[in-house]
Amino acid sequence: MIRMEDKIGVFICTGYGIAEALDVDALCKVATEEYSVPFCTTVDSCEGPGLDSINEAIEAQSLNKVVIAGISPRRYVDHQFPTAVIVEKIALREHVVWCQPAGEEDTQMLAEDYLRMYITKIQKMGFLEPFQPEEDIDTSILVVGGGVAGITAALEAAAAGYEVKLVEKTAELGGWLAKQHKSVPTRPPYRELEDTGVDELIARVQADPRIQVYTSATTGAIEGAPGLFDVTLKSAGNGKPVDEAIDKFRVGAIIQATGWTPKDPREDLEYGKLDDVIRNVELEALVKDKGRIVRPSDGKEVKSIAFIQCGGSAAKEHHSYCSSICCLTSLKQALYLRESDDDAKAYIFYEFIRTPGQYEDFYRRVQEDPGVFLTRGEVVDVTRNEDGGLTVTVRNTMPGEHIQVNVDLVVLAAGMVPNSADGEAIRALEDAKLKATDGKSGAQQKEAAEKVEQLARHEGTEILNLAYRQGPDLPTLEYDFPDSHFICFPYESRRTGIYPTGAVRQPMDGLAAREDAGGAALQAIQCIEMTSRGEAVHPRSGDKSYPDFFLQRCTQCKRCTEECPFGVLDEDAKGTPLLRATRCRRCGVCMGACPERIVSFKDYSVDMVASMLKAVNVPDEWDEKPRIAAFLCENDAFPALDLAGQHRIQFSPFVRVIPVRCLGSFNLVWVTEAISAGYDGVILIGCKYGDDYQCHFVKGSELAASRQTNVREKLEQMSMENERVELHQLQISEYERIPEIFNNFAELIEEIGMNPFKGM
Amino acid sequence: MNADAKPILVIGGGIAGITAAVEAAEVGYRVVLVEKEAYLGGRVMRMYRYFPKMCPPTCGFEINARRIRQNPRIVVHTQSTVEELSGTAGDFKVRIRKRPRYVTGKCSVDDSVLERLTSTRVNDFNQGMDETKALYYPHDMAYPPIHVLDREALSEADEELLKEICPPEALDLEMEEEELKIGVGAVIVATGWQPYDATKLEHLKFGKCPNVLTNVMMERLAARGGPTRGEITRPSDGKSAENVAFVQCAGSRDENHLPYCSAVCCMASMKQARYLREKNENAKATIFYIDIRAVGRLEKFYFDLLEDSNISFVKGKVAEINEHPETRDLILDVEDTLSGEKLNQTFDLVVLATGIVPNSAETKLPIELKYDDYGFIDGTTSIDGVYAAGCATRPCDVSRTTKDSTAAALKAIQCLNRGE
Repeated sequence: MIRMEDKIGVFICTGYGIAEALDVDALCKVATEEYSVPFCTTVDSCEGPGLDSINEAIEAQSLNKVVIAGISPRRYVDHQFPTAVIVEKIALREHVVWCQPAGEEDTQMLAEDYLRMYITKIQKMGFLEPFQPEEDIDTSILVVGGGVAGITAALEAAAAGYEVKLVEKTAELGGWLAKQHKSVPTRPPYRELEDTGVDELIARVQADPRIQVYTSATTGAIEGAPGLFDVTLKSAGNGKPVDEAIDKFRVGAIIQATGWTPKDPREDLEYGKLDDVIRNVELEALVKDKGRIVRPSDGKEVKSIAFIQCGGSAAKEHHSYCSSICCLTSLKQALYLRESDDDAKAYIFYEFIRTPGQYEDFYRRVQEDPGVFLTRGEVVDVTRNEDGGLTVTVRNTMPGEHIQVNVDLVVLAAGMVPNSADGEAIRALEDAKLKATDGKSGAQQKEAAEKVEQLARHEGTEILNLAYRQGPDLPTLEYDFPDSHFICFPYESRRTGIYPTGAVRQPMDGLAAREDAGGAALQAIQCIEMTSRGEAVHPRSGDKSYPDFFLQRCTQCKRCTEECPFGVLDEDAKGTPLLRATRCRRCGVCMGACPERIVSFKDYSVDMVASMLKAVNVPDEWDEKPRIAAFLCENDAFPALDLAGQHRIQFSPFVRVIPVRCLGSFNLVWVTEAISAGYDGVILIGCKYGDDYQCHFVKGSELAASRQTNVREKLEQMSMENERVELHQLQISEYERIPEIFNNFAELIEEIGMNPFKGM
Repeated sequence: MNADAKPILVIGGGIAGITAAVEAAEVGYRVVLVEKEAYLGGRVMRMYRYFPKMCPPTCGFEINARRIRQNPRIVVHTQSTVEELSGTAGDFKVRIRKRPRYVTGKCSVDDSVLERLTSTRVNDFNQGMDETKALYYPHDMAYPPIHVLDREALSEADEELLKEICPPEALDLEMEEEELKIGVGAVIVATGWQPYDATKLEHLKFGKCPNVLTNVMMERLAARGGPTRGEITRPSDGKSAENVAFVQCAGSRDENHLPYCSAVCCMASMKQARYLREKNENAKATIFYIDIRAVGRLEKFYFDLLEDSNISFVKGKVAEINEHPETRDLILDVEDTLSGEKLNQTFDLVVLATGIVPNSAETKLPIELKYDDYGFIDGTTSIDGVYAAGCATRPCDVSRTTKDSTAAALKAIQCLNRGE
């Protein structure tokens, strides 16, 4: 691509009260005299006709870089501008005029500094060329797991025109759905049990020319990145030698639908000790195989069953999760019994019956059945009685009394455990194992050995076998679900192009799993299409930039490979980062991590931000006008600043705000640069971190916080007070806190005094 | 990928519709998003926070709004409704009625203009608990970021004033309703929900006692953009709420009202109990429930609340609410089903956990769809090429809605790709 000569145009808007608050001529002079931009003009508006006039000038003047000083960037629609032109917008209205007194010297200085910063920024910005790997992007999809979620994902992706490889570790497709006798109602009037439909689903898979099925197979290795995943399938045993490579192929994206395993039930209810205490999955198998319910101990026809809910799942003392399907399953199984015999009795003991939505109709239908007894209570005991049956003791039933019932069979509503593996824990275990023997000191070895013990449960749990620096599987959240942490973005995955779906992701019923799988199939397809266009996927959807590593200066410190929230970077034997660009989400955390400053994007770099800092006119110490650099996360804090403006909240005119892609992209050198440029302090505002983190790049803001130790060291080296750098967490809705933070900090600077380096 | 495909029509610009639109457009397809209100975001924009993370919905909306702003494949029509829909999969004809906004968007309206107006309108965004000027900005995060004029609420004097002080290109008082006719290949119905009309629950006295609120009102009370700037106070006297009752299943799971479970109200009330506790460390909350339906990983939220000694859970359905004539406190008659005791407790504020009613119960789309007895659209719809998502199909929370609408986006794409 031919490098275009930069031709910068600056448009200064006089509307919105800007001309009344600011000396617009002086602003123009900053552009034309200080920066000698080839084109600068005023416009009376940057919307409607004003915007048209800007676009006309862009064309007439052949501008390819444009700064518009007017309204907030959030008020524009991107495609209002010609695609080949870089347009930077300064929110003079929101960030200056609305929050500073009109006509004041400090207000003018603020506006002029923003103009300097953005002209400098655009000078440093390069034209983007989307990332295109040397090899073609593969558009096929790997689905791991052949249960209802996997089958649905395969069918849905194939129906959209994509080739699918469906891999199932057992000999048959169908998973738990195939083991069910009937399904709970999914259609109006939501009262009667339905056929599972599994045979038809499997037949459709087998008939689909776009789906290739591998049974008795697992993923032995997955290398590469979205669009370029190289998969090696291995035999899962089942009669064949384990680990034998079956096939190798390339796919563009991966759906993990590895399902669930029934949870171990409560130990005190004699499961495994009394033959007639079974789990819901075993009752289902009994009905499916034998067509009737007989007692395991003696083959007698079962006339009564006690269903015990939360058979280990939601028990308060375990602080566990609810498996979400057990209530429906027990209600369903109570009907199996009732349909087999008019005189049979089903008792369901529960704490809460959970039948959300229209499932309530099904609950009501079961309640109407005179042979089903639903009772709230705590089952404390199950014993064998003299008649060869079982006696169940229940306390705190509805009216506050304790009861005992004699039944033929006890069914424990056992919950779901995800068939997941925590890739990061597996990696940590491996690292600890190495350190336990090769550690530098005895203490280090001991610490590592303890860690090995802590993480022992992850040994040999690999499922996907990703060849990723950060571990062989997706990272998991609490309770081992590799779920999304985001309510608005449920398919957010920390391994780009790999989407968990169905019960492995969170407990869900069959209907929910089907929907979920359809959504996961869309995400896989979307990732392939966006990768083909060289674009990032969510949350910087459509971003065509990508990081460039100047490896000659790399010191193999591994910070970037360890800290990337998405496992983008692998390592060679020496520890040099290997960029897998199509995994990249463009947050810039690697850029923030790098002490050698070798990571940069064409439109976002350490140098660019440092230059913006230096572009500001820092007054002399005796002017008593401090300068504070504030770095705001562009997802939450920066838009919140707009809201503060919208509400006309006034704040210190000494703060110069720079938006960052994520606070995790904040490079320490910016502190040094700011202090040596004469700033008196630095404020960092990022998203909330911790368990309920709101950082869209998962741990960017948390990383920024953890790097504060290094910031303090840096400040000490420069003999500066620690207080000169502050980090805050902020939700987008807390806009009123931004002026507070700015004002308090300005007061603090007044207390501790100006930066002694100023003017040096 | 079929770049020449006809667009997908998405009806409804709430979280379901936005998600379907953005996800489909990012794959590479064109989308026309039709929303009846003046802004996108629907019901979730009126929530203070989401459970279980207690994060503001505006955070995700900001990302979604950016995805819309930068995607040329998405066309948004607000204040618009679908009047006619005919045809078959791959080839639907749509007639859209676009009501006039009277604000052109070509030039921002300055807030000083609003300040000088005297005519006002009831603020539906704040559930009718306060007013805005007749010319108003829907809310802080409004998208599109353009004011709206309520022409009916505008007095003649204000009309004259506007003509005088507003830049002529900003307003068009003669703006007329528009009619758009477009062809689309597939349709996603994401028409969402509305809260159950609590005045139908006569024994709970909503509308008669000022200190009986609904859960959707509570969201606005807690929000900074709400009528009390985020203070949870009693409407009768503005005093801070110290002792609040949450009445679960206010209409839901009741054959005289909504026989189904609305799926979100347990979590919503527990979340609101946390609002109360976070804003006022002495406040007490009591939740009257039938079953606490904290499904899946949400269970942890419930367990955490059990640790708070200022939050009580009472299993029992509220039989009646009466108001103390002087204090305007509320006296609840409840039978505690665990102890069998009849309780008679006094609270200073009551929040009714009213349920979800599909908008399609009242307003049907101009195409023959199958509905269940409650007005929810039956499954993925009975018409090939038309797919339903979110609360149009069942009561569900945001997370389920977004999954569901992502799946619907794929269905629509499949329809466009057929025969390729």
